[in-house]
Amino acid sequence: MNLMLEVKNLKTGFDIEGEIYHAVDDVSFSVKKRQIVGVVGESGCGKSVMSLSIMQLLPKGIGQITGGEIKFRGENIEGHTNDEMNKIRGKEISMIFQEPMTSLNPVFTIGFQIVEILLNHSNITKPEARNKAIELLKNVGIPRPEKIVDEYPHQLSGGMRQRVMIAISIACQPKLLIADEPTTALDVTVQAQILELLKSIQKKNDMSVLLITHDLGVVAEMCDEVIIMYAGKIVEKTSVDNLFYNPQHPYTKLLMASIPRIDVEVNELTTIQGIVPSLKNMPKSGCRFVERCPSAKPECSTVTPLLANVGYEHEVSCLLYEGCYPREGMR
Amino acid sequence: MNDTTIKYEKENLLEVKNLKTYYPIKGGFLRKTVGHVKAVDNVSFSIKNGETLGLVGESGCGKSTTGRTILRLLDSTEGQILFKGQDITKLQGKSLREIRKDIQMIFQDPYASLNPMQMVGSVVSEPIMNFQKKSLASLKNEVIELLRKVGLPEDAYYKYAHEFSGGQRQRIGIARALALRPKLIVADEPVSALDVSVQSQVLNLLKELQDEFNLTFLFIAHDLSVVKHMSDRIAVMYLGNIVEIAEKESIYEEPKHPYTQALISAIPIPDPRKKSNRIILKGDVPSPANPPQGCPFHPRCPQAMAECSLSKPLLKEVKSGHRVACHLY
Ligand SMILES: Nc1ncnc2c1ncn2[C@@H]1O[C@H](COP(=O)(O)OP(=O)(O)OP(=O)(O)O)[C@@H](O)[C@H]1O
Ligand SMILES: Nc1ncnc2c1ncn2[C@@H]1O[C@H](COP(=O)(O)OP(=O)(O)OP(=O)(O)O)[C@@H](O)[C@H]1O
Ligand SMILES: [Mg+2]
Ligand SMILES: [Mg+2]
Repeated sequence: MNLMLEVKNLKTGFDIEGEIYHAVDDVSFSVKKRQIVGVVGESGCGKSVMSLSIMQLLPKGIGQITGGEIKFRGENIEGHTNDEMNKIRGKEISMIFQEPMTSLNPVFTIGFQIVEILLNHSNITKPEARNKAIELLKNVGIPRPEKIVDEYPHQLSGGMRQRVMIAISIACQPKLLIADEPTTALDVTVQAQILELLKSIQKKNDMSVLLITHDLGVVAEMCDEVIIMYAGKIVEKTSVDNLFYNPQHPYTKLLMASIPRIDVEVNELTTIQGIVPSLKNMPKSGCRFVERCPSAKPECSTVTPLLANVGYEHEVSCLLYEGCYPREGMR
Repeated sequence: MNDTTIKYEKENLLEVKNLKTYYPIKGGFLRKTVGHVKAVDNVSFSIKNGETLGLVGESGCGKSTTGRTILRLLDSTEGQILFKGQDITKLQGKSLREIRKDIQMIFQDPYASLNPMQMVGSVVSEPIMNFQKKSLASLKNEVIELLRKVGLPEDAYYKYAHEFSGGQRQRIGIARALALRPKLIVADEPVSALDVSVQSQVLNLLKELQDEFNLTFLFIAHDLSVVKHMSDRIAVMYLGNIVEIAEKESIYEEPKHPYTQALISAIPIPDPRKKSNRIILKGDVPSPANPPQGCPFHPRCPQAMAECSLSKPLLKEVKSGHRVACHLY
């Protein structure tokens, strides 16, 4: 089985004042065994909602999957009950959440939270689990791990909490790791150490990674392929090399131009004018980037582009490309 | 008021001298204090009026604790914080309130630091109402003007924080921090949660506002390219100590401290065809509860010498304006 994760036409909506608005709108991609796929895109474009959909951890009663398929190692999981998902979550698929402050339980010690997941998913004794917890904390570079196990989340710095989350996520050697901004709170030396750690686990356990990050330096170092999202849709999907040397979508091009560089001094950084439309104001048809796009044509606000191949393993969704026009009968 | 601003214009707005902030470690069943986490363990620096000092360093080295101590959200254990020449570490009551107007903070997490169910208008007017008596109409005008300044639409006034994206929420936080026209802003990782395109909008905005209001920044961040863009000078912290401080060009072009060198070498390069030449730090990260003897960095330092485990190096000037705490110099 070479495909670890397959997502097809996924749609996830939120109930806002009685109406459903889609934060993830018709998204398809796959992650192969041992592959690291990066996901980038502007704040609010649906990266976290997409991850939570795969984990089936959307806020109950507010967010729901309204269409599409999610397959994990060939098996459909989007209809799974919570009990069935509990067997997979943490063990087969695990996730590093974007907000370590809110995803660690403030009333339990760090050790308790790691031990709990170890006991749930493997056959070991409590003292063994505790030793394993200390070892995991040490692996993610936490100083005085034998003390920190007995401390509470509020006693740790932001970056330490993030590393605790990482320790929890790799505790059971998952097959697929969904890492939502795993290193945003870390300085570069610790980040380098964590990325090395993730890479070595990935090689050792044949783990696949879906890596959500806004740090394009991290993308360059870690990923094989990249998905670029804008306002709930995939606008480009390609290799890392193409992302940096041959980006095609106007949004991707602007995104790449706004990277602050250590080696170039500028007075003002490049930005993308305007803001992303809110869920409620999402245009019903046409390209969602049209209002901010320097290359927009009149039909961009009426014709919704398809995601189509524009080169080897390079898909783009933009009317600058012939292939992205909807086929007759679909318009 | 005007007199004092003129008098201090060329001088240091903020001077931090030998600052220590320790957290007690409680133990035993009586919860007695059995030790201390020495989160900030001898930090000294100054910031001139209108200047930006960048503060960088390893996660857990005490950056936020330093910032929160300057804001008097935490009590210092020792040392002085001189704001416009006045030590503020012991201020209480009314005089503390006065200082709070002048020093504001922008928080790292735009999601956690705003109440999602509070209307943006009220988020931004809150600090003004705490300090000034104003008619509702003039308050509203002032708030709308602030929202406009930070690039938010006028109708944001009646919306809730949860209706905004990360970058927009960070703008709300900035508008709130600006509301009282502070002199000093401690920005604790203000753009870490934002993607690059929104990040550059917020950074451009902070620079514009700095020029317009003559703001002074303590800019805490771990993204070294962001810090470089924003700062005039940079201080590098390690395990509660400042190990190097200099003009930004000197820090990037000739980093002196082995920790600074490792830090700069670890910056991920946004180019998949270039491989980085990282200095990988070996050894265990020391604990601020039990810092090593001598130089705090020596157990992981690739250039450590015998002397380094014996005595703690002090910050000394190795070049004009470039100070480093390392026995190599
Ligand atoms: N609980 C919720 N209720 C209503 N809308 C929500 C909720 N959670 C997310 N959204 C909306 O869904 C959209 C996608 O949000 P998501 O958190 O996935 O963005 P993101 O790409 O992860 O952004 P960031 O880079 O800032 O983390 C946004 O418009 C957001 O406002
Ligand atoms: N409330 C607290 N009680 C006890 N110890 C604390 C508390 N807050 C922080 N610490 C400890 O103080 C040290 C410094 O923490 P601080 O939050 O200042 O680090 P930081 O440099 O801001 O790190 P980061 O980059 O990860 O945000 C850490 O070792 C942390 O464990
Ligand atoms: Mg997110
Ligand atoms: Mg911090």
